[in-house]
Amino acid sequence: MESLEAYPGARVVEVRLKVGALASVVVDSLEFCWGIATEGTPLAGSRLVVNTLPVVMHCAACDANVELEGVQSFRCPRCDEPCSDLRQGRELDIESFEIEEAETEKAEVKG
Amino acid sequence: MTTRIVELRRGILKKNDELAAGLRGRYTEAGVLVLNLVSSPGTGKTAFLERTLRDLRAHGARVAALVGDLETDNDARRLAASGAPVRQINTHGICHLDAEMISKHLEGWDGVALGGLDYLFIENVGNLVCPSSYDLGEKIRVALLSVTEGEDKPLKYPTMFNSADAAVITKMDIAEPCAFDRELALKNINEIRPGIRIFETSAKTGKGMEEWVAYLQQQRVKREALQ
Repeated sequence: MESLEAYPGARVVEVRLKVGALASVVVDSLEFCWGIATEGTPLAGSRLVVNTLPVVMHCAACDANVELEGVQSFRCPRCDEPCSDLRQGRELDIESFEIEEAETEKAEVKG
Repeated sequence: MTTRIVELRRGILKKNDELAAGLRGRYTEAGVLVLNLVSSPGTGKTAFLERTLRDLRAHGARVAALVGDLETDNDARRLAASGAPVRQINTHGICHLDAEMISKHLEGWDGVALGGLDYLFIENVGNLVCPSSYDLGEKIRVALLSVTEGEDKPLKYPTMFNSADAAVITKMDIAEPCAFDRELALKNINEIRPGIRIFETSAKTGKGMEEWVAYLQQQRVKREALQ
C-alpha cells in the first residue's frame, strides 16, 4: 500500500507474487479470497498472479543447485544424497504490480 | 490511460524479518542463547520446557521463558514452578508468535534483562503451520514431536521440520504402549531435514534430558567462541 502512495489516482490492475513451495501458502485459497480481501482497498478489482517456485537445494555431492520435485524428500534427484542447504523455496514476495494511471498524473510524476 | 509495471521485490513478511533481525542482534550482544520451541498442540512442549528449565538451573544456568498461547496463563504458571522467570504472551486468537510480540514482552519484564540470561526459551503457540514463517530472531528452532502423534508428522508438515535446527521426540516413556515406530520416525525426520540432531526424551522419567542439556551447553559455548 505504501508503494502505491507514489502513484495517486492510479488503479491497480495486477499484482504478481512469488510463492515458494515451503512458504505455507495455499495458492488456491489465496486466489479464492483475493477478491474479498481486497474489496474497498486500492487493490479492489485487481488480478492476482502467483508465480510458484519449487524448492532448490545445493547438493554438496554434485556441487550443484538441484530442483526438488516435491517437499517429501530432501534428497538430490541426481545422486540421492540428502541435502540440507536450501537455496529457494521459502519466498513469499510481492514481485511487482501493474497500475493504470491517467495521463495528467503521469505528467506530474515526470515533472 | 497508461499502464505501468512497478517492480517491488518485497517480502510480505519483511516487517517481521526486520524486527527479528533487530532481536537477533540484541540477543547476540547480550550473550543469550535463544530457542524457539514449536510443535502441535499437546506434544508436551510445556512439560519438556519445565524439565529443561529445572535441569539447566540445577547446572547453575540463568534461564527464562516466554510462552505463547491464545488464551490463559496456565502454561506460564506451570513453567514458573521451575523457579525460572516466565512471562505469558496471549495472542487472543492469533495462531503464532511474531517478532513484535516478543519485542513487546521483553520490555518491562520484572527483574529480567537479556544481559542477565544465559538461555531464553520461547514456547510458541501449538501449531505446525504458521509459526514456521515467523522468525523470532532465535538461534535455534526446535521442532517437537510426541510418540502419540504418528511417525509421519514431519512428512505432513515439511515446512516446519525443514526449518528446524534440532528435533525432539517427547513422551518416550509411553512409546511402547503407543506402538511408536522409532526407526520410521527418525527416518522421516531425516528425510525432511537431513542430518538434524534428534533427541529422544521423556520429561517424566528424564530420559534423554542429559544429552539435550549437554547440547544446549555446547551451543552456548560455540556461540561465545564466535563473539
